[in-house]
Amino acid sequence: MRPFAYSRPTDANSAVQALSAAASANSPVADAAIQALAGGTTLLDLMKLDVMRPSALVDINPLSDVWSAVNLDGGNLKLGALARMSDVAAHADIQKNYPVVADALKLAASPQIRNMASLGGNVLQRTRCTYFRDVSYENCNKRNPGSGCAAMDGFNRTHAVLGTSGQCIATYPGDFAQALIALNATVEIIGKSSARTVSFAELHRAPGNSPQIETTLMPGELISSFSIQGRWPRSTYFKVRDRQSYEFALSSAAIALEVQDGTIRDARIALGGVATVPWRARKAEGLLKGEKFDDALASQVAEAAFEDAVGSKHNAFKIALGKRVVARALHQAAAMEI
Amino acid sequence: MSTAAPEPKANMGQPIPRYDAVAKVTGKAQYGADVALVNPVYAYLVTSSIAKGRIDSFDLADAKTVRGVVDIVTHENAEKLKEAKLFSNGGYTSSTIQPLKSADIAQDGEIVAVVLAETFEAARQAAYAVKVNYTAAVPTTTFGSPGTTSAPAKGQLAQFKEDPKVGDFAKAFESAEVKITAEYGTPAQHHNPMELFATSCVWNGDSLTIYEPSQYVHGLKNGVAEQLGIDADRVRVINSYVGGAFGSKGSMTPRTAIIASIARRLGRPVKLVATRDQGFTIATFRAETRHQVKLGATRDGKLTSLRHEGWEISSRADPYAVGGTKTTTRMYECPNIDSLVSIVRADRNTPGFMRAPPEVPYMFALESAMDELAYELKMDPIELRRVNDTMKEPIKGNTYTSRSLMACFDEGAKVFGWSQRKAEPKSMTDGDWLVGYGCATSCYPTQMAPAAARVRLQRDGHVKVQIAGHEIGNGAYTVIGLVAAERLGVPIDKVSVFIGDSDLPPAPVAGGSNSTASTCSTVIMVCEQIRQKLFKATMPDETLIDKAKETVGVGQTPVTRAAKGDRQIDYERAFDALGVSVIEEYGEWKPDGAPMDAFRAMNKGQMRMVGGPEMKDKIAYAFGAEFVEVRINRWTHEITVPRLLGAFAAGRIMNPTTARSQLMGGLIWGMSSALHEATELDERYARYVNDNLADYLLPVNADVPSVEVIMLTEQDDHINPAGVKGIGELGNVGTNAAVCNAIFHATGQRLRKLPIRLEQLDI
Ligand SMILES: Cc1cc2nc3c(=O)[nH]c(=O)nc-3n(C[C@H](O)[C@H](O)[C@H](O)COP(=O)(O)OP(=O)(O)OC[C@H]3O[C@@H](n4cnc5c(N)ncnc54)[C@H](O)[C@@H]3O)c2cc1C
Ligand code: SF4
Repeated sequence: MRPFAYSRPTDANSAVQALSAAASANSPVADAAIQALAGGTTLLDLMKLDVMRPSALVDINPLSDVWSAVNLDGGNLKLGALARMSDVAAHADIQKNYPVVADALKLAASPQIRNMASLGGNVLQRTRCTYFRDVSYENCNKRNPGSGCAAMDGFNRTHAVLGTSGQCIATYPGDFAQALIALNATVEIIGKSSARTVSFAELHRAPGNSPQIETTLMPGELISSFSIQGRWPRSTYFKVRDRQSYEFALSSAAIALEVQDGTIRDARIALGGVATVPWRARKAEGLLKGEKFDDALASQVAEAAFEDAVGSKHNAFKIALGKRVVARALHQAAAMEI
Repeated sequence: MSTAAPEPKANMGQPIPRYDAVAKVTGKAQYGADVALVNPVYAYLVTSSIAKGRIDSFDLADAKTVRGVVDIVTHENAEKLKEAKLFSNGGYTSSTIQPLKSADIAQDGEIVAVVLAETFEAARQAAYAVKVNYTAAVPTTTFGSPGTTSAPAKGQLAQFKEDPKVGDFAKAFESAEVKITAEYGTPAQHHNPMELFATSCVWNGDSLTIYEPSQYVHGLKNGVAEQLGIDADRVRVINSYVGGAFGSKGSMTPRTAIIASIARRLGRPVKLVATRDQGFTIATFRAETRHQVKLGATRDGKLTSLRHEGWEISSRADPYAVGGTKTTTRMYECPNIDSLVSIVRADRNTPGFMRAPPEVPYMFALESAMDELAYELKMDPIELRRVNDTMKEPIKGNTYTSRSLMACFDEGAKVFGWSQRKAEPKSMTDGDWLVGYGCATSCYPTQMAPAAARVRLQRDGHVKVQIAGHEIGNGAYTVIGLVAAERLGVPIDKVSVFIGDSDLPPAPVAGGSNSTASTCSTVIMVCEQIRQKLFKATMPDETLIDKAKETVGVGQTPVTRAAKGDRQIDYERAFDALGVSVIEEYGEWKPDGAPMDAFRAMNKGQMRMVGGPEMKDKIAYAFGAEFVEVRINRWTHEITVPRLLGAFAAGRIMNPTTARSQLMGGLIWGMSSALHEATELDERYARYVNDNLADYLLPVNADVPSVEVIMLTEQDDHINPAGVKGIGELGNVGTNAAVCNAIFHATGQRLRKLPIRLEQLDI
């Protein structure tokens, strides 16, 4: 860890000012010299590993008074970016109306981490690719653009099979983001001069030719909240991992269904543990709309979700596993008593 | 009494809480790195990012500009330390790959520089700024990589004495009615104790004090003295607590002498706390192994032939092997046996012992093969073991001092509900889950080594026991205190125990599960010396002394009687008669069959362990039977273990509370060695990939909802005065096989290569 300046502004404007001080438009946000500090469970880890090297941290926790609110007014949900994972997971109205949100949070990390970690920090957590996290490997295009990718021919069991590029196959590790992308969430962002709202699906960027650029946030910008329209009581988060708790997904699915008289009116499927970014399986969703649920349909949908998947040496199993996960998760959502 | 403090059965001590429990849960227990030093310099290691090649140059300019940097030590300016010999070759070190000696790199993560600074943070920052320019060569990683060399262990490794054989295996196998030939594999694993590899070195004139978690303070003291070229009496190693070790802190690692030498050069105390990932390469690990097992049997299950061949990875520099065939060839009655162990060299760090070093990988192979044979014979796996149970080991024909294997199976089977098992694989389901039951034999050699102790009894009944044993979580303080209390007839809270300090009388390495047997036998002997003094003072009539000895039951007599007898000694009168206020005795104990040089070696920090299959005309093992239920999700293939159960018989159980937690921990470890723990290798670079606790999987509570331990009564008068067989490593032997056997039962799929991951299931 390198020495850094630490500030603790008490209102959003000063926080954004502080973050913009040295912002340069052409350096990716994740590499910016000034970083926001929320729970610190991703950021401090990566600083100790010398992967992230900010020279200044802007502690945004004093904004919690305003930014940790959870609001369920008018049939919509608004979640403050500084709300803690544990608080949101335990919120009775969210468990009832948005089980996919509560489950995705509850099944992530450990109780200690969930108590510290914020929703904003959670969606911006960085990949667990071991080559990315170990600076003794020079070749990592994400950390060291143009240097190659150590994972491509290395040990890549946990890597992605969807959304990969010739530059990077790192998995987006988070769970909560799958719930957000499935429910068409929007993200409220504030910057130095203005505030904007974008669809959550536009927040993350697939690696393509520049895996070092992970989001569409501009330097100096902060996420203030997430919003979800409508209620999704028939929704679930299904996660498969190498141990029963405290582990990232090998494959997961966020599912939300709207069923009327046995017919599926709306369907949402997002995939975790298998893709480079929060992943929406839109084509697969399309097969469900207007249909009645059965096992044959579930298998067809699962196939479609992984149509474009490409495996590497150790992670090819994720394709078959992912399909089974989608089918099971759909089954579970369809069978929910609501 | 409660689950955690089980009711003692015959030949068990009282279930008292840990001596150090409060200190540990309140954070008062001081571990090596907790010891405050005066004006320390902090060390941070720089380790190599290549496994083979050489260092061309260092670029230290950036590192030196970091504020607070005191010094940077590399091979270019390091003190040249004396050569260290491998512990298994009469020396002390766990690896002869000596860092900072030359520009050559022999393994991944070899120490290439030590950065010294006024704060830990500055040292770390500067360490990241050190640039090392290498010329890398292509390393050999593991089995199947180009460039490995393989040769029999016998002849390269002094410790490895025999490839057990008897009868004519080839002929008997050829004509066997039923045959099994199968290949098995176990992965590289790292101990990952919670407490990191820390070393603090403080010089006072020409005397050195080392605060370091060690399972063998006398070994470490002598080893460091040798490397520094100083008198061993000038070195003191202190560690009141060791935060887990599992073998990784058993023999000296190269870091200690390096830190000591830097502290001497700087004239200041130096403190190193190596990082978790560095721990994967600066200490030892459990090497990956491969096995081929051949079993031949009659139709009714009697073994007629058994062959076990094992291959183990070691470094280029050192021939290390755990060599478990000495156990697997002696488990069951069989007239024709053959075995061979080979060491396969690659460009890796030198492996070492890890909890039940030989038995975990080798019993996995044997107990899996036994299960395969049982299915082939359509026989209950427990019955197959019963048919082949024996009181005589087949190689030399020696008799087991005691062997309660089938009693363990029977008791375990009853409590587990083994009779509910349907014999056919894939025949038990529960909704989405395929259910399987598996079992396996657990065993561990009973081992002992020479030790010395000093015990002091005060007139007011206070007792002080001094012995350089080790508290590695094994409950050493507790059992040592307990035997002294029992022998001297005082309540446990009057006993103070001092261990973990090389200035105390030497005790052996806390490894090989010999600790309780050796230290308690010694303390019993020294307490007996005190009692003799007391008897003599109160009973001048010699014939009465002998009588008293009998009634108070020295040695093998159950404690209850001993304690009763103790009350008969009138301490006050004895002290008056002797005219003293304190009796202090020192004594040295060695097990039967210890070599001539046993005490000399003990004082030089060298092990002379006796026991297991290597005793003169007997053989001593603790046994157990382990049972596992697995449930496999038919859709996701997730493997869960709702129940683990072990029934064990291991001679005298000193304290059912601490024994139970040892055995529970063992069962969890054993399960984990099948389903979780594996160090992944990057085969291109011979580097460890998942070198952190997020990626190196260990079970969490949710993975072990029910772990049940049954301890059977067993009394063995032929092993040591304490009657103890040792349980530190027993619990995690065989569990891996029981898990795989249960997976086979659930799915019909036999998995022979650990770890089992869900993608291996094809159901
Ligand atoms: C061992 C381990 C296991 C884990 N397992 C899981 C798991 O199973 N599933 C899962 O989903 N997660 C898991 N996590 C990740 C964990 O959930 C994240 O670390 C956490 O959510 C990050 O939140 P934080 O508030 O601590 O973020 P921080 O570390 O404070 O911030 C992370 C990044 O986001 C930026 N940032 C934070 N808040 C904002 C904001 N409001 N606007 C703009 N930028 C912001 C920071 O500058 C930083 O770059 C695990 C973590 C660990 C260490
Ligand atoms: S997968 Fe991406 S993050 Fe991992 S090494 Fe390759 S480029 Fe780096």
